[in-house]
Amino acid sequence: MTTIHEENNKLTPQPKRRSLDFFLRWEWLLVALIIVVILVNSQLSPYFLNLRNMMRATSDYMEMGLMMLPMVFIIITGNIDLSVASTLAMCASLLGYLHIQGVNIWIAALAALLLGVLGGALNGYLIARVKLPALVVTLGTYAFYRGIAYGLLGDQAATGYPPAFTFLGQGTLGAIRFPLSAVLFIICAIIFGLVLHKFTFGRYLYAIGNSEEAVRYSGVSVARVKMIIFILSGFMSALAGVVIAARFGSTRPDVGTGLELSVITATVLGGINIFGGSGTMIGAILALLLIGLMRFGMGLVNVQGQVQSIAIGLLLIFSILLPNAARQLSRRGLQIQRGTAVSALVMLALGGFFIWFFFWSRIPVLNQ
Amino acid sequence: MNTTAPTNQKSRSLFLTLVRFRELSIIIFILLLIGVVALNTPAFLTIENFRNILLNISILVIVALGQMMVIITRGIDLSVSSIIGLVAMMVSFTVVAFPGVSPLAALLLGMLLGAILGSFNGVIITAGKVPPIIATLGTLSIYRGMVFLYSGGTWINSFEMPDGYRALAKASPLGLPNIILFAIAIAIIVYIFLNHTRPGRDIYAVGSNPDAANVAGIPVQRTLFMVYVISGLLAGLAAVLWASRFESAQTNTALGFELQTVAAAVVGGVNIFGGSGSVIGVVLGAFLLGTIDYALILMQISPFWQLAAQGLLILVAVIVDSAIRRRLQRLGGAGEF
Amino acid sequence: MKKHLLFLFVALALLTVLAACGGAATPTAVPEPTEAPLAEPTEAAPVEEPTEAAAAGGGNYVLVPKNLGNPYFDTANTGAQEAAQELGVTVTYQGSSVADATEQIQLLNSLIAQNVDGLAISANDADALVPTGKEAMDAGIPVVTWDSAIAPDGRDVHINQAESQGIGAVQIQMASDLAGGEGQIAILSATSTAPNQNEWIGYMEEELKKPEYSGLELVATVYGDDEDEKSYNEAMGLMQTYPDLKVIIAPTTVGIAASARAVQDADKVGQVFVTGLGTPNQMREYVKSGAAPQFALWNPADLGYLAIYTLNAIATGEIAGEPGDTFEAGKLGSYTIADDGTILLGPPTVFSADNIDDFDF
Repeated sequence: MTTIHEENNKLTPQPKRRSLDFFLRWEWLLVALIIVVILVNSQLSPYFLNLRNMMRATSDYMEMGLMMLPMVFIIITGNIDLSVASTLAMCASLLGYLHIQGVNIWIAALAALLLGVLGGALNGYLIARVKLPALVVTLGTYAFYRGIAYGLLGDQAATGYPPAFTFLGQGTLGAIRFPLSAVLFIICAIIFGLVLHKFTFGRYLYAIGNSEEAVRYSGVSVARVKMIIFILSGFMSALAGVVIAARFGSTRPDVGTGLELSVITATVLGGINIFGGSGTMIGAILALLLIGLMRFGMGLVNVQGQVQSIAIGLLLIFSILLPNAARQLSRRGLQIQRGTAVSALVMLALGGFFIWFFFWSRIPVLNQ
Repeated sequence: MNTTAPTNQKSRSLFLTLVRFRELSIIIFILLLIGVVALNTPAFLTIENFRNILLNISILVIVALGQMMVIITRGIDLSVSSIIGLVAMMVSFTVVAFPGVSPLAALLLGMLLGAILGSFNGVIITAGKVPPIIATLGTLSIYRGMVFLYSGGTWINSFEMPDGYRALAKASPLGLPNIILFAIAIAIIVYIFLNHTRPGRDIYAVGSNPDAANVAGIPVQRTLFMVYVISGLLAGLAAVLWASRFESAQTNTALGFELQTVAAAVVGGVNIFGGSGSVIGVVLGAFLLGTIDYALILMQISPFWQLAAQGLLILVAVIVDSAIRRRLQRLGGAGEF
Repeated sequence: MKKHLLFLFVALALLTVLAACGGAATPTAVPEPTEAPLAEPTEAAPVEEPTEAAAAGGGNYVLVPKNLGNPYFDTANTGAQEAAQELGVTVTYQGSSVADATEQIQLLNSLIAQNVDGLAISANDADALVPTGKEAMDAGIPVVTWDSAIAPDGRDVHINQAESQGIGAVQIQMASDLAGGEGQIAILSATSTAPNQNEWIGYMEEELKKPEYSGLELVATVYGDDEDEKSYNEAMGLMQTYPDLKVIIAPTTVGIAASARAVQDADKVGQVFVTGLGTPNQMREYVKSGAAPQFALWNPADLGYLAIYTLNAIATGEIAGEPGDTFEAGKLGSYTIADDGTILLGPPTVFSADNIDDFDF
């Protein structure tokens, strides 16, 4: 999606910063935030700095992480994939379905991965060849793939996976109980990171995000690159589906509902420009870590899941809003026009009214 | 581009006239669908069913019209479902606490709260320069979290609501249920607004070319701000109707509804890259989605395959629409695409 | 130079926001209970006290519903709080916002990490929660399930609200009464993945094979996902598709109210009857209007009450949680763990116009 705001984002020369700018990078800000979160949380809860607890919580985020890696590629090219969580459910359901039919679990897992590739290929075909917008296509497959998951399993739950398979999702390494799925994630992250930053393919992704036209004139097949990244996305979602099936020891078709928004949130918070063209893999991984730590910490002080999402939402908005505001300030200084001031006052009044009403109107019913 | 079949002049111009009417492809699709379903289940073609479909899509139409205006400006408003959830909860709390509040006042309150929530989106997007998809993705979680913060997990159930409030959406003093009349009225107002007023036409101008709009002296930022306020306002209106129609306000009211509104707009031919989209298209898009839903239930497709069929039909609708558009562009020689 | 300043500014501002978020964690969590009495022991969890509470001897237990906001679970919580008072323990009420296994697992992980003294869980997924349940038990935290079970490997004891078979039977019995012995019936369930729902439906189908119910024909089973609007639409769809439908059985508190409302809205009171499982407060209006003349339920407050007594008995070492163990559960009397590791609460109550005004939950 291109937007009017593109101009503003072009002012941030994100890719290829020189060494001087090294410490100004987004990633350092994320590191600072992570440190703050760790400090605050370890103050709030005595259970936060407990390796065993953290390791246990880690595996909750690995499926998200696996899907985030190709999402970084896709968003860097200026596209988006809303169907990842549905692909995860579809593939996990196929695995469960085949398992119920008596197929060997590893063959079933292989079939699930294959289905993921097919699902990604359908997305890729419609986007790269039929030239439909990614948002529209993946919105359709978002419903379609989830529907297939329901069609496959219906009201059944696939259970009784052999221990050798569930070990993939539940198994841990060493005395600190490092989850196996985290090892898988780290390996994948390194591969994706290298491809993005050290290979020509990665350069194509940035180039497509910056100007698809220019890439096309240089003789690179944009369609093929897009096809590849959507297939990758399908494959990684399928892999996440296999991992989640192994972690739960069972599969139901509603698995992972709503995960796509978390994946996109992590990617964007990681500094990947939603309009494409810039961002780093390490940023996305740091953002995932930040979200995981925040959620884990808030869970420990018994903040409700939905209230936690307020904090994540605020972080997402402010992570973009504040740099923009700062840039504007440094460019123009604090010139306040009369019109701006009036609108600001009106907005403040409205906000104030809303907050007052919010707290005032809830009291009578809650006191009943 | 090399496959354009030689067409003779006459049929070509006829085709052009037909296809210029953008919404044609959706109408054809709806007719085909109705035909297939009617062959299968003759009982489908009754006034009663038609009325039920209208009843089901009224709320979708109202919210999707707001979504359309946002998409025309090259934006997107993912937060509508959470606005519905939050406003439905707040208004329901208010009417339960003060049963004397007239239903009309509840409706106005809902619109006000929705507009305020929408204006927050607008400020973040215009003054904060945050891309719409990110801003509204953020407020999607924030507003939903606020539902929880507000209600502490309590639901408002049907037996707690005053009668007048419950009847708001359902009573039919004018022959049709109010909720359908609301949808029709909103559609007409939005139509007039978009086509016959200055700010409405500005929306298209900003969407098709923001730079040119700026040069032409159109207040780009103010227009952008306005569409988010309108989208919030319509979502707020829909919220009150939602609570009234389903006689409940829950913490998960309208969860996931945002994608349906985008789907209705997109299936209705609103260009996701901005600049074009029509009220009739969106109404037809919503009607198509509603028909699909209803037909699947009537044809007794296994409930488990319904979602898959729905997704597939949306994909097909979008592909067909884009094929027809491309044909149009080719024949009309409207430059390259 | 300017750039450095800019960066500093952004960093500072973001940290402030974050601190506000982090700070928000406490304020939002704490003031809540003062304003929100019933449902809200949710966040009443004294943030840093669990250790002290535990040290003081009174157990610190957590009652975990499938999701928050459901009146049925809120009622169970009232019973649990009553038990907590009698036993002198703390019971907090914590759940995910949607009935979803993934969210429930995250919540449970954070509770295990806090080293609570016991968990009473209504499971969103019998199998997916097994590893988490095991983790808890490995960490020395007793796990009791109620309402909806975790598979035996992942819990100590399950408290059955009533035998699934009994629940299936009573619903078919009511349906048969309402239909006058013959006609089409349909089931409107919650999510297609809810373990207890599917078990009941299984038993209902069994029950229908009996000769005395040969006149009843089960024409459809649909799913309202425990969402009011979806259930309403599904009920409307049922009446459309099957014009001769006589009874809708909804074994879910959300579904039954939505169905009864659909019947009223479609002007089919007296033609189509709704029955199933529901709470008296929610169904009072429909019992009186005739849309749902009778329905059944156990008292969820008793369920929560018994869950806490059971949990306390295991946590204090009074019983080991093995089959055959017997313990006293306050006002409910004495209970014994059955061979399959479950405890049976008692038979469900059938509510009708005659007795509904005696109940308030």
